[in-house]
Amino acid sequence: MTLAKKDVSRVAELARLALTDEEAEQYTGQLTRILGYVEKLSELDTAGVEPAGAALNAQRALREDKTHDPVSNEEAVRNAPSVERGCFKVPQVIE
Amino acid sequence: MNITELAIHETAELLAKKELTSVQVTEAYLKRIGAVDGRVNAFITVTPDEAIAAAKEADERIRRGADVTPITGVPLSVKDIFCTRGVQTTCASRILKGFVPPFDATVIRRLKHAGAVILGKTNMDEFAMGSSTENSAFFTTKNPWALDRVPGGSSGGSAASVAASECAASLGTDTGGSIRQPASCCGVMGLKPTYGRVSRYGMIAFASSLDQAGPMTKDVRDAAIMLGAIAGRDPLDSTSADAPVPDYTAGLDGGIKGMRIGIPKEYFIEGMDSEVSAAVTAALEVLKDAGATLVPISLPHTAYAVSVYYLVATAEASSNLARYDGVKYGMRAADGANLIDMYKKTRDAGFGAEVKRRIMLGTYSLSAGYYDAYYKKASQVRSLITRDFDEAWKSCDVIATPTAPTPAFKIGEKVSDPLTMYLSDIFTISCNLAGIPGISAPCGFTSGGLPVGLQILGKPFDEAALLRAASAYERETGWHKKRASL
Repeated sequence: MTLAKKDVSRVAELARLALTDEEAEQYTGQLTRILGYVEKLSELDTAGVEPAGAALNAQRALREDKTHDPVSNEEAVRNAPSVERGCFKVPQVIE
Repeated sequence: MNITELAIHETAELLAKKELTSVQVTEAYLKRIGAVDGRVNAFITVTPDEAIAAAKEADERIRRGADVTPITGVPLSVKDIFCTRGVQTTCASRILKGFVPPFDATVIRRLKHAGAVILGKTNMDEFAMGSSTENSAFFTTKNPWALDRVPGGSSGGSAASVAASECAASLGTDTGGSIRQPASCCGVMGLKPTYGRVSRYGMIAFASSLDQAGPMTKDVRDAAIMLGAIAGRDPLDSTSADAPVPDYTAGLDGGIKGMRIGIPKEYFIEGMDSEVSAAVTAALEVLKDAGATLVPISLPHTAYAVSVYYLVATAEASSNLARYDGVKYGMRAADGANLIDMYKKTRDAGFGAEVKRRIMLGTYSLSAGYYDAYYKKASQVRSLITRDFDEAWKSCDVIATPTAPTPAFKIGEKVSDPLTMYLSDIFTISCNLAGIPGISAPCGFTSGGLPVGLQILGKPFDEAALLRAASAYERETGWHKKRASL
């Protein structure tokens, strides 16, 4: 598996990362090496093997939909980089 | 007597006898931190005022003689991955610099409730991604046994703070070995509990199906005490288990006569550091002499564990770290032209190189067209690794292995090669993938004076067996009594 720099740029777009050219170059080589290493998994026949992890403890996931001790609005927005009238403020979304 | 070299249970005994107060013990640790942390760099944040206030409260509790637990008044450090109400929590990342949580993680709440004194927050690899603390956005922690070497990671600050006598014990987290590998590098005890044994609520998520909090301590009894204090069902974490929490200290002296200890051939391989190999082989002889039976076993899918881990953990991380977007907390890049541009610039500036690398790998393996070949395949092989252990338990009660293939390496030695760094976790990763508990116990030193760790793995929810085996070993050898001189 060899990655091209344009694959890395596509993945960076999906991951919402503004990589510099230099970073994209570096990750192309490193990710190719890592993907080469994990290629090892294709040696194994996993036909019919249930994937692990998907349903870990799922039976306990249901609970009553009840509110409890909510944090105050003031506390909830205290860590935000930009706040206006108790709301998170972001750059313009709609033209 | 040097107060800061005492274990939790030794400290608690002196507090109970009124020979010391918690304020005295806390002041001794704060003084020790002041004296050595400039060289060790274990702490990101030290909280002296909160610590002294908690110590005063603990002294009052002890004076009244009501509601005293085995950790009341005992000073601890905690990894900077746990949310602490009113105290900065960074996960060693620029993107969370200045974040002050409005709540405590469940484990922090439990420690406070039991009367523990929290001295501060320890350094780590950013978002727990790494094996050396070199991925911290702030600084690298030094190994107290050799200051030019790494303390291991990601809970390297916690391990170093225990080894440097800057706290009685610490709380770390382990996703692929992040408690056990630094414990091995720093010559302390490190226990990763069974997945679900301890609540993950308020512990900043890396890979949610693997992450688990656990103690890093000066001896086995302390690990048992701390596990008892943090374990148990938490309604705020739906993956926490209902299983009852036993008194983990009860069976420590029971001995290991008749215990069957599995020795997996895949963990004793060519190319391992010869001094590590010798120390672990000697440790197995000690266990045998103490009455255990050594049983040769095989865990045939061991060689695939690192590959599975770096696909599963990065996929989960790419989802978990999507929340860092410059909106709700942490930093925001100033020059975003629009919302999406702000997200991208914030994340590029806020995350370090290793975190970005893992987000990229995880996003790639989950993306359309690659999911079956990578993420699904890895999850299937994870099942095969779990089955290896299920099969092994038919012939043994616990499994003994080295914790890491080498002792602590030199700072800078592996930073340029991510894949070589990943292989530091080769012996610890399977345990997380299978969800079973594991402990690393000090088992000697190399000729250069670097600690070596013995790893013992156990059946799900059988932490008691690990602790009993480690305790029997500790009694016979006394490695845990050695302290780094700084």
